[in-house]
Amino acid sequence: MTIKDKASNSDWTIIFICWIVASVSTLGSLFFSEIMELAPCALCWYQRVFMFPLVIILLLGLFPFDKSIIKYALPLAIAGWGFAFYHYLLYSGFIPESIQPCSQGVSCSETYLDLFGFLTIPMLSLISFSIIIGLLLILRRRLSK
Amino acid sequence: MKKQHIVLISSFFLILVFVLGVYLYKSYHTKKLGFLALENASIFVREYSQTLGSDDAKVYLIKFSDPACETCSAFHPFVKQLMAANPGKIKLVIRYAPFHDGADYFVKILEASKKQGKYWETLDVMYKTQRYWASHHNPKPQLIWRFLPRAGLDLEKIRKDMNNPEIVGIINQDLADAKTLNVRKTPGFFVNGKPLSSFGYKQLKELVDTEISKYY
Repeated sequence: MTIKDKASNSDWTIIFICWIVASVSTLGSLFFSEIMELAPCALCWYQRVFMFPLVIILLLGLFPFDKSIIKYALPLAIAGWGFAFYHYLLYSGFIPESIQPCSQGVSCSETYLDLFGFLTIPMLSLISFSIIIGLLLILRRRLSK
Repeated sequence: MKKQHIVLISSFFLILVFVLGVYLYKSYHTKKLGFLALENASIFVREYSQTLGSDDAKVYLIKFSDPACETCSAFHPFVKQLMAANPGKIKLVIRYAPFHDGADYFVKILEASKKQGKYWETLDVMYKTQRYWASHHNPKPQLIWRFLPRAGLDLEKIRKDMNNPEIVGIINQDLADAKTLNVRKTPGFFVNGKPLSSFGYKQLKELVDTEISKYY
């Protein structure tokens, strides 16, 4: 195997990991909503809107490996991260409830799930989007060299 | 290993974990409810709860419902059929989970009809005429009064009785029990404390049949 092959293999692996993160997040959010029947609030929906398509487009970028996937996936991930960050601030009380956007239906700031005492659903979402963005940025750097 | 295989195997593995999670969660949930049913039966049936069917019935069918919910209305005749097919074996318990906006109003009317001994007649009329007053895009709660005389109700008395604060207490208790039992959608069915593992007419019939075959 040449050095170039090895490098392109790790590039592929980076996208593959992004895809795994997106898939786990998608299945996880479906588990929360469909199995545990926790109704997704408005902010959750915006994050889903940006997470679900990542599963499909990242997969397409893997076969054959296509570096322009960064161009398509990164904006989605950043938009999703924005909503996740806002949701996280709302959840943890940095933004007062009075200015939250969703008053009807499901509350965006009510805590439904608390894994191990500190992991909440918005935090999981924020972590997923951060990993995906981080990996895509690393890949962009490697490829621009 | 080929890249295609890596992705295929990962997909398979992720889906497997998901399915396993569903299975584990459901069995945990059923177990927890079974325990609740043994330890604290009043969570399923409160003293004030409206029931239908013989007191000797061994199969308790608990329905968390909302007078303004379309699926509850769709299930109503089906539940009646189930009861007719198994005379004396099923006891239906109505609990309230008025999740629709303003649905409390209809529960109050329904509870007030109890005083006139017309509870089931009123429920029938409500479900039959629901589409006129509880449409999602254009709810007209006041329109219900036009249909209520069909149940043979004294409307003046209903208007007075529906403001009884006891009814608010009933709704709050039912909502609290619904929360404990993880009912987030209506109708929420329990048969002898067991929840429907998946929602549908067939699944409800199967669950009822299983319980009947256990006791009869």
